[in-house]
Amino acid sequence: MRILDRKLFRDLLRLWAQALAVALVMACGVATLILAVGAYRSLEETRNAFYERAHFGTVFASADHAPRYLASRIGKLSGVLALELRIAKPVILDVIGMSEPASGMIYSIPDHGRASVNQLYLRSGHLPEKSRGKQIAIMETFANAHGFQLGDNLNTIVNGKKLSLQIVGIVLSPEHIFSRGPGDMVSDERRYAVMFMPLGNLEAMFDMQGSFNDLSLTTLRGADLRKVIEEVDHILKPYGGQGAYERKDQISNAFLIAELDQLKAMSTVLPPIFLFVSAFLVNMVLSRLVALEREQVGLLKAIGYSNLAIGGHYAKLIIIISIFGILFGSVIGLWMGRALTRIYGEFFSFPFLIFQQSFDIYALAAIITVIAGLLGAAKSIWSIVVLPPAIAMRPPAPTKYKSWFKGRLSLTHYFSQLRTMAFRHLVRRPVRFAMTTFGTSLSVALLVTALFSYDSIDYMIDIVFFQSERHDAMLTFSSDRGYDAVHRVLALPGVMRVEPFRATPVKLRNANHELQMAITALPNDSRLAKVLDHDMKPMQIPPVGIVVSDRVANKLQVDMGQMVEVELTRENNRRVNIPVTGIAESYVGLTAYISFDAFGRMMRNGSEISGARIKADTKYLDALYAAVKVTPGIASIALQNLSRQNFRGTIEQNITTMMSVYVTLAVIITFGVIYNSARIQLSERARELASLRVFGFTRGEVSSVLLTELTVIVLLAQPLGWLLGYLFSWSMVKGFESDLFRIPLIINPSTFATASIVVIAAAVGSALIVRRRIDRLDLIRVLKTRE
Amino acid sequence: MNVIIAKPKPKPKPIFQISNLSKIYRTGEVEVRALNDVSVDIVEGEMIVLLGPSGSGKSTFLNIVGGLDQASSGEVLFKDLELTACNETQLTRYRRDHVGFVFQFYNLIPSLTAWENVALVTEVAKAPMTADEALAMVDLENRMHHFPAQLSGGEQQRVAIARAIAKRPEVLLCDEPTGALDSKTGIIVLEALSRINTELGTTTAIITHNAGIQQIAHRVISFLDGRLSDVKENKSRIKPAEVVW
Repeated sequence: MRILDRKLFRDLLRLWAQALAVALVMACGVATLILAVGAYRSLEETRNAFYERAHFGTVFASADHAPRYLASRIGKLSGVLALELRIAKPVILDVIGMSEPASGMIYSIPDHGRASVNQLYLRSGHLPEKSRGKQIAIMETFANAHGFQLGDNLNTIVNGKKLSLQIVGIVLSPEHIFSRGPGDMVSDERRYAVMFMPLGNLEAMFDMQGSFNDLSLTTLRGADLRKVIEEVDHILKPYGGQGAYERKDQISNAFLIAELDQLKAMSTVLPPIFLFVSAFLVNMVLSRLVALEREQVGLLKAIGYSNLAIGGHYAKLIIIISIFGILFGSVIGLWMGRALTRIYGEFFSFPFLIFQQSFDIYALAAIITVIAGLLGAAKSIWSIVVLPPAIAMRPPAPTKYKSWFKGRLSLTHYFSQLRTMAFRHLVRRPVRFAMTTFGTSLSVALLVTALFSYDSIDYMIDIVFFQSERHDAMLTFSSDRGYDAVHRVLALPGVMRVEPFRATPVKLRNANHELQMAITALPNDSRLAKVLDHDMKPMQIPPVGIVVSDRVANKLQVDMGQMVEVELTRENNRRVNIPVTGIAESYVGLTAYISFDAFGRMMRNGSEISGARIKADTKYLDALYAAVKVTPGIASIALQNLSRQNFRGTIEQNITTMMSVYVTLAVIITFGVIYNSARIQLSERARELASLRVFGFTRGEVSSVLLTELTVIVLLAQPLGWLLGYLFSWSMVKGFESDLFRIPLIINPSTFATASIVVIAAAVGSALIVRRRIDRLDLIRVLKTRE
Repeated sequence: MNVIIAKPKPKPKPIFQISNLSKIYRTGEVEVRALNDVSVDIVEGEMIVLLGPSGSGKSTFLNIVGGLDQASSGEVLFKDLELTACNETQLTRYRRDHVGFVFQFYNLIPSLTAWENVALVTEVAKAPMTADEALAMVDLENRMHHFPAQLSGGEQQRVAIARAIAKRPEVLLCDEPTGALDSKTGIIVLEALSRINTELGTTTAIITHNAGIQQIAHRVISFLDGRLSDVKENKSRIKPAEVVW
């Protein structure tokens, strides 16, 4: 080993605590980068592989009742590779041991052989065949939730008739990597089932011989999807076509994309914070080290070591610390990335997981970490290079302190001598003071960003489940019914109030902006579904015009009073122009409301309804559930209470995991910044502090000089951290915003307080470690050393 | 005052030819004339002592001659090399190949052992002796694996001397090598320097406040206020052991 390298090695051993603090912060940057990018790539790769093997469709559409002979016309469209025409119908399930009814979708698969689009992945058993009678395949998630085995029977209610189906296959589908029932906000694998049956059997069950109501196709690479969609729409138009859409709007895929976007946001936001802090820490530690070793540098120069060799020596120190950070971070990042991918594997139904371990991301993480470290070191190394050896050997000139306001404002007038020392020391190095404060404030900001989701979700739950959707259950009919259905629903056991709704798929258009969504009609005096305005106050739906959510208004670029074009996709794509008469606040999906009267006028048919919200007496719930299961015409039932619990459960589980990660990261940053800055202050001022001890000041008094500085830094960091935290949270909320959901930005004062308490506690911990060193200060030795 | 001095016998070559050397430091608004128009020759193999009160310019002189600092004006010739025209890289090369330094506060690297402190130099020198040889010359072969903190002041200074001579320099420049030592250890250090001067023929310049030391040198150069005030040749030299402290 070269002699200078031995010095390096021993320097590292001596500085281990500070080096470790820096390496840990670097490790956080590396880990978050590898974690986020690793999980992103694994998830993306898994998705792509599954999609490709399963021939996942690129265009999807549904219709009311279309003849199968359209297959040849659609199949011949330019760019279409393969086509699958299916029957897809909602059913109610009666699962033994579960009183509440489950909802499900049943899809047709070819009578024999595999589908050419959206192939199922068979986990166990075999695919049902037409000749074998009432066989089905079910999704793995539903099977696992209830412990269904091959050969078990599942009771479905089709048109009010109970039908027992035998499970012969347990499958996964590229269309249902993420699935949630109608009216649910998160997936509930217990209460929502996706099932598959041979086409021939479904034709008979739903009276759909020679017909289909759902279509999915794959296209050639480079095909013009917009044109395909346009032509599919044109062909399906006479048969109640509901507007074809691309893969990116397919609900399961859209959720995956939203998740991938979140990972991407994480990989661009977190690592830079850590790299910035580590660069700053390197700067702080190295500038002190260089100051302490000034004479050694002079000596090396005197002996004849070149600037390159000496600069390289210190650069090597930083590179070694970086390497530790990189190794640490890589291992943790790899481990956490796998864990996260596995969590995704559970949350999303993939048949397999591909851990994408590409070398490039490790290389990238390593390179940027070393660069950040060296950037932090640059100033100190430069100061060595330009330092003439003769000057280096001389002790540095005493540091300059300034008296403020030309001595007219005397600090000692207001504070003790000890406090004055502390304040002067702070302002003497304003940049370092500012950076230390900023670094600490980043910890606060990170915690606020992690904690605020609790507040926002609480608020969201309150708004969605208590202010806006106040029903106990929502029934959706298998097709629109006459208004008298309300009375039949009211007759169900325990039902106290029924409020009908009507919905139809539309395309809303303004100039060249277009949205594919649904319009819902609500009764005028609705109590179970409140539309909320910008101030979260319930608003009346005006008798004319439509009320759109602000996201819809933004996307369409419309404002109050402007006209939007409504294309009724189920009504022969008839177009009507309707004024926007209200803008509502909504966190879930793209929404538009209209009064029943206006809806009737728009549809040119009176008072049909698509479903109803109900308020029920909880005492009769079991009876109600039993009745729903046997009532023909009810396609699905969403239970608000369960939905809310589920929502909270899912979100809280995610947030708790995320929270513990963020708290760890924030504590590491705080420790890194506060510990290092305290150690350096101690080193710079050891003589001063030792002199104070010699003069007769107590340990407590002497420590207070240093602790006063830290206190000022930590206190100033709080408001700055809150502000930064607010900005980070805001950008996170914006980043997560999608057509599926939106998180409101709500940060309660208690969140700011919690963030501050954690950071202050971490700071106090770091300060106490340093205080022990002050207590043990070797007075004689410190005073004898030449500074 | 320019003092051109007579060269000692036997007719030796000058190793340094220094003419009209000046150095001005500027610290903020203050201008300090540390060296003022100094001219002197130093011959190969001689031992000189530089005397003078604090701030008289002797350290500045030594630093410029040693290539640690650059002159404001004037010329320093080391053999055929014009030091005053050298850039930083050339000066580094010069120090590495030709000069050894000993400082008042030893300037050992605390994280390296005695042996390693010497090896620091042997690693970059052209034709060095081994670290063991160098330490043997200062009688420290038994303490070579100790860290500086485990050595006495005299021992530390001898390590510094071993480090300075290990590369077999043509010039050994010592800035108050005994300044921090008591008389007994000071003498041991001076003996080491004297031995190296005699055995290796290394041109040696020693700065000191201690007038007693001047008798061990061939010549004594005195500084006052940045100028040469006196250059004196010792008719008879004494041994370091005879120095009265």
